[in-house]
Amino acid sequence: MKRIVLWVLSTLSTLVVLFGYHTSTSSTMATATGSETAITGSVQASGAGTTSSGSAPPSDTGSASSSSSSGSSSSSSGSSGSTTTVTGAAAQTRYGPVQVQLEVSGSTITNVSVLQYPNSDGRDIQINQYALPQLIQQTLDQQDGSVSMISGATYTSTGYSQSLQSALDQAGL
Amino acid sequence: MTTVAEPVARRVEQVMGMPISLALRGRHATGPDADAAWQAALAELRWVDEVFSTWRPDSQVSRLGRGEIAVDDCHPTVAEVLRLGDHARVASEGAFDVVRTGADGVRRLDPSGVVKGWAVDRAVRPLLALADTDVCLSAGGDMVCHVADPHGEAWVIGIEDPLAPTRLVARVPLHRGAVATSGSAHRGAHVVDARTGAAADALASVTVIGADLTSVDIDATTALALGKDGPAWLRSRLRTGVVVWADGRAETVA
Repeated sequence: MKRIVLWVLSTLSTLVVLFGYHTSTSSTMATATGSETAITGSVQASGAGTTSSGSAPPSDTGSASSSSSSGSSSSSSGSSGSTTTVTGAAAQTRYGPVQVQLEVSGSTITNVSVLQYPNSDGRDIQINQYALPQLIQQTLDQQDGSVSMISGATYTSTGYSQSLQSALDQAGL
Repeated sequence: MTTVAEPVARRVEQVMGMPISLALRGRHATGPDADAAWQAALAELRWVDEVFSTWRPDSQVSRLGRGEIAVDDCHPTVAEVLRLGDHARVASEGAFDVVRTGADGVRRLDPSGVVKGWAVDRAVRPLLALADTDVCLSAGGDMVCHVADPHGEAWVIGIEDPLAPTRLVARVPLHRGAVATSGSAHRGAHVVDARTGAAADALASVTVIGADLTSVDIDATTALALGKDGPAWLRSRLRTGVVVWADGRAETVA
C-alpha cells in the first residue's frame, strides 16, 4: 500500500514536472506547457460546493507555471474554445515510464489519457486511463441533451419512473 | 463537438427487478441483428437471475445459502462469483463480503454486490459483436460502454446527484469501459460495512470508471462501505471516479 501511495505521489509530481518541463526544441512541449495554465483554471473552475483532487500542491504549481512562462502565449491562443490535444514527454519513474495526453477545450481539460504507464505490478496497478469526470451542477433540462445514459444508485422498478434515465429513454436521445 | 450526433436507438426491459437500458448507435442500431443481440443479452441476464437471485428461494445461490447444496453442485459460474467476492473481501480488508451478518445475527450469503456487474459484462458480449455499432448497456444505473471507432463520438454518462435524483453532479465521456455507482438513493441505505454490519453513511454515492463493470461495481460498493476512508482507498487503487459526501460535496477521484 505504502509503495502504491508513493507511486501515486511520484506520478503526481511527475505530471507537474512534465508540465514544467522546459525544452528549447519541441513545439508540442510549448503547447503542453501552455496547457498548464488550463489545468489550474480547471481546478479552480470546479468551484462552489465541490472539491477536486489530484491537483498539484500549490508550491509545485507555482514553480511549474513560472518555468512554463514561455508557453503562456500559446495558452491564450488555445483558450478560444477549440479542443487541443497535447502530449507530455515520457517521464521515467522508478516503476517505469509515464506519459500523459490531455485534451483541452478553452480553459477546461476534457480528457486525460495515459499513453504509457508502469505495469510491472500487473493488475494491481491500474493507472487512470479514463477521462476525468467533469463536475457539474445542473438538471437534465438545463443541459443540451448530450448525456447518453445516467449512472446512479441502483434503480428499482418502482423508482424508475422518477429517474433521469426514464426521461432519457422517453426523449429518445 | 459541432458534428451532428448520430441517432441513438434505445430499448428498455425489466429484468432482475431493475430496468435494463440499451443505447445503440451506428450500423446495427436497429434491425434484426440488433434485435437478436438484445434478446441474447436479456436471456443471459434472466439466466443469471435464475441462478444467483437471493430473492428467488429456488435459485442455486439461495439453496447454497441454506446449506441444501454445495458449491460443487452449482453451476461453475457460482464458484467463479464467490472467488471474485473473496478477492474483493481481501482487497477491502473485510469491508466487502458476500457473507454478511444480518440484524438478526444470522450469517447470510448474498453475492449481489458481485453479480450485477459481472452479469452485465457477460450480457454485453453479443452486443459488442455488432459490427460498426456503438453500445451502451445499463443495468439499473451501472453500465458498459463501447464505441466501435476509437476516435468516434464518446458516450457521455451523467452521474446522478444522490441527494437530488433529478440533478447531475458530473459528466463522464467514455469510449470503452464501464461506470458503476453505488449509493443510498432510490433504495435507502443498502450497503453496510461488512466488518461492523453498520450502515455506511459517510458517503452518499461513489462512482467508479474502469475497464470492466465487474471490478468497478465491486470497488464502488467497497468504497461506499468504507465510508470516509473510501476515497483514499480508491486512490490507493489508482481508480478514477466521483465521490459525493453525505453533505452533498462532490469530489473527483483520480
